[in-house]
Amino acid sequence: MLFIRAYWIAFSTILSKEIRRFMRIWQQTLLPPAITMTLYFIIFGNLIGSRIGEMSGLNYMSFIMPGLIMMSVINNAYSNVSSSFFSNKFQRSIEELLVAPVPNSVILAGFVFGGVARGLLTGIIVTVVAVFFTDVQVHNFWVLSSIVLLSSILFSLGGFINALYANKFDDVSIVPTFVLTPLSYLGGVFFSTDLLPEGWRLLSEFNPILYMVNGFRFGMLGVSDVNLVTCYAILISVIVLLTIFSMRLLKRGKGIRS
Amino acid sequence: MSSLNDYKGPALSIAGLKKVYDNGHVALKGIDLEVTQGDFFALLGPNGAGKSTTLGIVSGLVNKSEGQVKLFGLDIEGDWYDAKRLLGVVPQEFNFNQFEKVQDIVITQAGYYGLTKKQAVEQSEKYLKALDLWDKRDVPSRMLSGGMKRRLMIARALVHDPKLLILDEPTAGVDIELRLSMWEYLQELNTSFGTTIILTTHYLEEAESLCHNIAIINQGDIVKNTSMRSLLEELHKQTFVVELQQAYPARPVLADLDVSWKDDQCFEVDVEKGTAINELFTVFNQAGLDVSGIRPKSNRLEALFVDAVRK
Repeated sequence: MLFIRAYWIAFSTILSKEIRRFMRIWQQTLLPPAITMTLYFIIFGNLIGSRIGEMSGLNYMSFIMPGLIMMSVINNAYSNVSSSFFSNKFQRSIEELLVAPVPNSVILAGFVFGGVARGLLTGIIVTVVAVFFTDVQVHNFWVLSSIVLLSSILFSLGGFINALYANKFDDVSIVPTFVLTPLSYLGGVFFSTDLLPEGWRLLSEFNPILYMVNGFRFGMLGVSDVNLVTCYAILISVIVLLTIFSMRLLKRGKGIRS
Repeated sequence: MSSLNDYKGPALSIAGLKKVYDNGHVALKGIDLEVTQGDFFALLGPNGAGKSTTLGIVSGLVNKSEGQVKLFGLDIEGDWYDAKRLLGVVPQEFNFNQFEKVQDIVITQAGYYGLTKKQAVEQSEKYLKALDLWDKRDVPSRMLSGGMKRRLMIARALVHDPKLLILDEPTAGVDIELRLSMWEYLQELNTSFGTTIILTTHYLEEAESLCHNIAIINQGDIVKNTSMRSLLEELHKQTFVVELQQAYPARPVLADLDVSWKDDQCFEVDVEKGTAINELFTVFNQAGLDVSGIRPKSNRLEALFVDAVRK
């Protein structure tokens, strides 16, 4: 049982190192989402939103708020793991971990929960910003917290896989720019999928972010474009698949062992 | 781990170790190697010979293609957890986070080995003091000099008190004074605490001064594996450096001696092992040379090394 205690200490060490890292550079990690989301609230919520009227029976500001929070959470969870793990690879400090008696599962968990920590902290910051613009409600706390937790785990895993494959810093920014941002914008953050033509609505059902945004929106406001059970099923299935894939990559030593 | 105290076998045993990289390059051709407990062992070889690949496999940074590696009788794959706890690694290149503080780097490494925060703080203090880095504990590691960074890597590798320490060119780029103090510390570690040390270096005098046993690896094969003493006994010739009272621009020819002039006032002479120095002085007198000093050339290993890797 001694090794379980050692694994726990190793996990806490990786996690606290990750938290220390993003807190040390808070100007690059925590401040930008606060500023960006403030601008979103002002421009889309206040200036444009007032002319749009209601969406799914809610005023536009209230409608977009859960999506904007979720967008910050998933972007930050993803980029924390991808940039941190890649810079560990780049500086070769990942070797500190590889020579130590730390199993792959603990390495993965440490980095993933580092991403979750940043995602959740950013989510809290953006929620605090949102309080200045609209009435923040909690319809169902357990749905809200479980969806945000599962989403940040899922995107942290995505960031980890990205970092394993990345060979240069550009490779780390390609996915957020060309995949995450478009998927977030088309994932029901700013509009209800009911507004889409039939074909586009069917297509949007393949976008995992749609389920996260709507699940989170249900937790906050009690309205959703998707079924909650489908939402959980998709989140949990993708997490399981990405975990298995990450573990296989680690076992092979992809990007970290020659 | 209690059985480790009764274990009398080798600290490291490698059998049939082979490594073929994805591009088809065969880095190791099935080597066998044993390092006894308490040894100070030199693993030498030219660049690209397979030294770092061997040590990389032992430390878990490189996947092996074939063969078996055991640390204190524990298989690095089957018993990886216990095996890794016994190993400390000082790599060739600086591989710590340049933005972290010195003590944080050592404490974090201790955490990876399962040491509690209290133990990690105590151990980091012990080794940072021993390696003269305690005053720099709160400094970001990027602010350290090259020599200090090397010492930081040694402190980090020792934080969990390993039984086997691998040093991959630990004194590269370190000034002579610091190198000597590092030698002293490593020797103390080896003799007083019984830590087995495996060293790779391009400074052959370093290997000659520190190590008891030596293996020379070339093109993925072990071409020599013996004690330092027996290896040096293989030398049939000795080289002396002779310094003269004044310059001799004419550089007189010395009969029957293999001489190589360094400048007009200094030359090296190769003589058969066992030749009396008096005989040399007789020849120098006959040539009219006023000798001010004579000393053996220190890097005797160099000739053997070159000979071994050229075969």
